[in-house]
Amino acid sequence: MRSLRIGAGQGFYGDSVDGALDVARGGEVSYICFDALAELTMAILQKDRFRDPAAGYARDLPAFMTALLPECRARGIRLITNAGGINPAGAAAAVRSVARTLGMDDLRIGVVVGDDITSRIDELRAAGAALANMDTGEDVSAIRDRIVFGVAYLGCAPVVQALQMGADVVVTGRVADASLFVAPMVHELGWSLDDWDRLAAGAVLGHLMECSAQSTGGNFSGDWWNVPDLDRAGYPVCEVRQDGTALLTKPAGTGGRVCFDTVKEQLLYEVLDPRSYFNPDVVADFTSVQLRDAGPDVVEVSGVRGRERTDSLKTILGYLDGYAGTCAIGYSWPDAVAKARRSAALIERMTERAGLRPLDRVVELIGVDSTHGSAAPIPDDANEVVLRVCARFATEGEAKRFTRIATPLGLNGPPFIGGGVAPQSARALLGVWPSLLPRSLVEPSVEVLVEEAAAV
Amino acid sequence: MTRIQLRDVAQARSGDKGDLANVALFAPSDALYRAFLREVTPERVREHYGRFVRGNVDRYEVPNVRALNFVLHQALDGGAARSLRSDPLGKSYGSLILRMEIDVSDEELAGVDTGRRPPVA
Repeated sequence: MRSLRIGAGQGFYGDSVDGALDVARGGEVSYICFDALAELTMAILQKDRFRDPAAGYARDLPAFMTALLPECRARGIRLITNAGGINPAGAAAAVRSVARTLGMDDLRIGVVVGDDITSRIDELRAAGAALANMDTGEDVSAIRDRIVFGVAYLGCAPVVQALQMGADVVVTGRVADASLFVAPMVHELGWSLDDWDRLAAGAVLGHLMECSAQSTGGNFSGDWWNVPDLDRAGYPVCEVRQDGTALLTKPAGTGGRVCFDTVKEQLLYEVLDPRSYFNPDVVADFTSVQLRDAGPDVVEVSGVRGRERTDSLKTILGYLDGYAGTCAIGYSWPDAVAKARRSAALIERMTERAGLRPLDRVVELIGVDSTHGSAAPIPDDANEVVLRVCARFATEGEAKRFTRIATPLGLNGPPFIGGGVAPQSARALLGVWPSLLPRSLVEPSVEVLVEEAAAV
Repeated sequence: MTRIQLRDVAQARSGDKGDLANVALFAPSDALYRAFLREVTPERVREHYGRFVRGNVDRYEVPNVRALNFVLHQALDGGAARSLRSDPLGKSYGSLILRMEIDVSDEELAGVDTGRRPPVA
């Protein structure tokens, strides 16, 4: 039976390139797929684009390409990345520049555009798209004048097209994480785009690989202390067969662990209803997935069933939602919790006296309740506590003033400060508005262009 | 019956999706999976997460990996890029469920290692 080996090269914007290099050198793969995007990342890239219209893609993309292209070109490994963010054309230009610098003028670079709906919101609404919030049902008019970006999650089809056009590197914007991995399976294994069980198998594999080492021993909640060498965690590699069954593993000689217990945790990461995992290409049933230990650091993935994809694509709109200012002070034993609480009360009064009006605020005692809230017992003899107060304001000016509001407490407040935290600058807050959009309003605008690096 | 803390027997992982968080809780055996089904109800999870969760909690069964998947609505202070919290992605929500205590029978606990701990140094 025909099979294909695909590796994962990146789990988030900011990931190290070392995992991808290990996959390129020792994974015996034909493709490496890179997931650089998350909802939070889109917001970060939008802030970049605010400052510089030429930005808006993952800034580490040139560094990734500089390190990887020499390794991958020699082995014929093709690369697929959504690091284009909200500016895939700009990202493709950056890749062309790297390729020329490396003397790879004939490197074929594909770019997928059309997921960006920022400038089309009113047109889409006029065409009948409600863009209501799919979690809360709220009407989009509540945020319309504050929207700063909008993207639709595309499926594998435009990436498959780029591969058919001979692209060595494919750069996209918001192609769904798992679909980056499904594309080479469809292209190489000849899967039809209505073969729901195989596409679901591909989506499951993509889902297991898109967060780099989270399926190979990273963030493992079992006996994590026995997982070897996470300083050089092996990124996932899968050997997928024509029938959609697969072996999930990692490059030889790398750290981490691939077994039923590590892989199952990733299977449900960021999953809502496991029977209906909505992907642009298919609706996958995660309760059908069979995971089986098939050898040291090898897990077999089989049994996956899927259903026909829906007529909608998920869309997220980012909208401005005020500004956050943060102040933080550390307090040492004795009575660290009591001192931090008194300090929080003082900050509240100082805020009021300064005429600042927070829209809302969060008070955390880091070391006590910031992760577990009311479920955590309050220690009566804590050695140290960091008080962190973060408040949201309508204006950036207020948020900036708030970041300095607690400074006098260094001399004027409760005693024995320590473990101080440097003041953080005020930051814009972006709300994310999830909604659904008919495919027919998005897919006709998707374009695929493949050119050699020396072109243009 | 014995009272155990979920951290003694279970695995967990949490993730974010807008203002939703999911928390997957994994049982080490079929018997404990059935115990989790009885004990770890959406109502208990809702109460356990306290002020962090402003909406409902849904529970989905995933028997192929002996897991319960909880979906927490309005649970991330408006979502990661909007949150004021120091854990905007709810990464630690997986550990929060492990703090919960449940009652299990000796038969349900049979054969499960409850004493695994990392070395201190």
